[in-house]
Amino acid sequence: MATQSLVGTKNRVGQVVADPWKMLHEAERTPCFFTGSEVIKEAIRRANCDVMIAYPITPQSEAAALIGELFAEGFIGDYFRGESEFAVMSQCAGAAFGGARVFTTTAGPGTMRAMENFPMWAGARLPIQMIVTCRGINSPLSIQPDTLEISYLLNTGMLVWHAETAQDFYDWILKGYMVAEEPDVHLPLALCCDGFFVTHTKDVVNLTPVDMCLPPYDPYRSPVPCMDMECPPVRMMRDPFVMKSNYISYATHASWQQEVWAAIERSRKHAIRWLDGLIEVDKPDADILIVSSGTAVSQGREAQSLLAEDGIEVGIVKIKVLRPWPGDEIREATKHAKHIIVPEFNVTGWLAKEIRATITDADRVYAGPHVCGGMTMPPEVIAADIKKHLGIKSESLAGRGS
Amino acid sequence: MSKERIKIAPEMFDIMPEEYQDLVERATYGKDGRGWKDIGTSKELIEEHSLCAGCPESMAFRYILASLPAPEDTVMVGSTGCTSLVFPHVGVHNIHSLFGNQNAIASGLKRALSVRFPGQVKDVVVLAGDGATVDIGLDMTLQAWFRQEKFTTICFDNELYANTGGQESGLMQKGFVAKMAPVGKTFEKVKLPEIARESGCHYVVNCTVSKPNLVEKVIKNAIHVAREIGPTYLQLYTPCILEIGKNSMEGLQEMRDSEKPTERFAYREYVSDQAKELLTELAAKEKERKAAAKKQLAGKA
Repeated sequence: MATQSLVGTKNRVGQVVADPWKMLHEAERTPCFFTGSEVIKEAIRRANCDVMIAYPITPQSEAAALIGELFAEGFIGDYFRGESEFAVMSQCAGAAFGGARVFTTTAGPGTMRAMENFPMWAGARLPIQMIVTCRGINSPLSIQPDTLEISYLLNTGMLVWHAETAQDFYDWILKGYMVAEEPDVHLPLALCCDGFFVTHTKDVVNLTPVDMCLPPYDPYRSPVPCMDMECPPVRMMRDPFVMKSNYISYATHASWQQEVWAAIERSRKHAIRWLDGLIEVDKPDADILIVSSGTAVSQGREAQSLLAEDGIEVGIVKIKVLRPWPGDEIREATKHAKHIIVPEFNVTGWLAKEIRATITDADRVYAGPHVCGGMTMPPEVIAADIKKHLGIKSESLAGRGS
Repeated sequence: MSKERIKIAPEMFDIMPEEYQDLVERATYGKDGRGWKDIGTSKELIEEHSLCAGCPESMAFRYILASLPAPEDTVMVGSTGCTSLVFPHVGVHNIHSLFGNQNAIASGLKRALSVRFPGQVKDVVVLAGDGATVDIGLDMTLQAWFRQEKFTTICFDNELYANTGGQESGLMQKGFVAKMAPVGKTFEKVKLPEIARESGCHYVVNCTVSKPNLVEKVIKNAIHVAREIGPTYLQLYTPCILEIGKNSMEGLQEMRDSEKPTERFAYREYVSDQAKELLTELAAKEKERKAAAKKQLAGKA
């Protein structure tokens, strides 16, 4: 494997190319007190990235600009500001077609504006990593956290992971490249987090050594040829493609779409290995489970503590990976639960719908509480909803009536 | 790319498709001074095409591919439209991704190739229709020029949306009655060559593809200037004979009629001072190369 043979060599700024597993699991970690945006920068500093393309939109602008500083310091091969998210995602595609390891960030309306690119990325098997710092997408305008945009990404053919904390973010950016670039996967990754909560708050994050970096991307470990004229220019499509009706054309397209989704499935084993499972379970034997992803899990943990004070035991299921969907894991983790509470930072409750479609006795699922448009989700609200659902009277919360 | 890379193991030679055998034995990758005159005597980089019979686009494709100065290190970027039906038959790496994003794709591609192959020639050439270049993709067309991205943009201007059946486009002439322009187009043909000049292109040409030697010259100039200096733009008239009511045999005459001095495709060019200097230098080198080749030939004789 070409990338492994480079371990021990130095990259363009003198960082030593590390065995990625050892770098992320065994190398000494240094605790740092950083914002999520700074953590993104620190992960990319160690990611041996070739090209990053930036565009300003809150709340990812700071991270995108900080990576510009990395470029100025020589850590990234090339960096520029595109003209819109649609253009940026196409520029990322161009760079990935040309064999580069590519990174970008976006948020909310930017994700929506760029949307046409994502199924194209997946279909073209471009292992681009895109950070999505979720924010409101609807009118009236909101720059505050809201996870509705993730639901639009779920059927694009991208891998979709949802980080809860800055530490997740740091590790998963680096691990994300390792999973997405596997030849049997080779798909783009949307690494999502809840904007502001993760990007703009400071947290202690344990960083890997600054003089170690991931092995460079090897564009020839790919299921499709790299567009660099370094391999024979085979005429891949001998028939008039797409539009002209013929059975072979339809069959080719259908099988390719199935292959993209099969590749998502094949990423499962890699993600399980690198992330130590697609979900994380705390107290699986509890009758009541809070099942969610992102910072709704953090709020769920707080609610868990509040309810423990009242003698109510609650377990937590943190969903780390949304595509591939951890159906078996969720079925197993929830098999004893009588009540499954799914708090979400969006108005539609898309995660609850996915869970309902996964488990037996779906009426065990309580979809909520939902906050949206940038509202916070106080743990008291989760605790109160759980009590209400159980028929336990609780003190009314300000502004909620009773 | 070294020509070695397309060679076939001798044991496998006879089972490879005939077209590929031809590509290995008779293509002009790496040949000095390749050009339109190779057509008919060597393997072309376009196999067959799936355009309408007599479509001037097919001529343009053949001339352009014969004229690329370094096809062995050229990646082309297309867009949706009639051209996207041809690219699958082209013997250089090419990318189709979405409609209108071709200059954004090319920007990322060129930068990636520059990072991966510093100091080596890796030409990027965009070839898209007028709908892709001027309408849906205009911001990305212009922004690539503003940023001085080092690749060539070629627009096949057929003055309408051909592949979808002849709808109005920004490069259509004012007054032309078409689908989606039921009472005639109400505004002027967009002056993209002028806009290209103002947007920072160093070499801009507006012409038809009636003369292969002219196409060869402007393609080579545009690619060399893009490689060394910055963005270049070619707007080539490739009329859609189907949608303007012409027959298969009439495409060439339509181009000849449209390039008369008073017509909209009369030859026009803009060359920046920097580009002029480079082209003069390259012309002198080419003259030397030809003289040396002639001398060598005379020596052999």
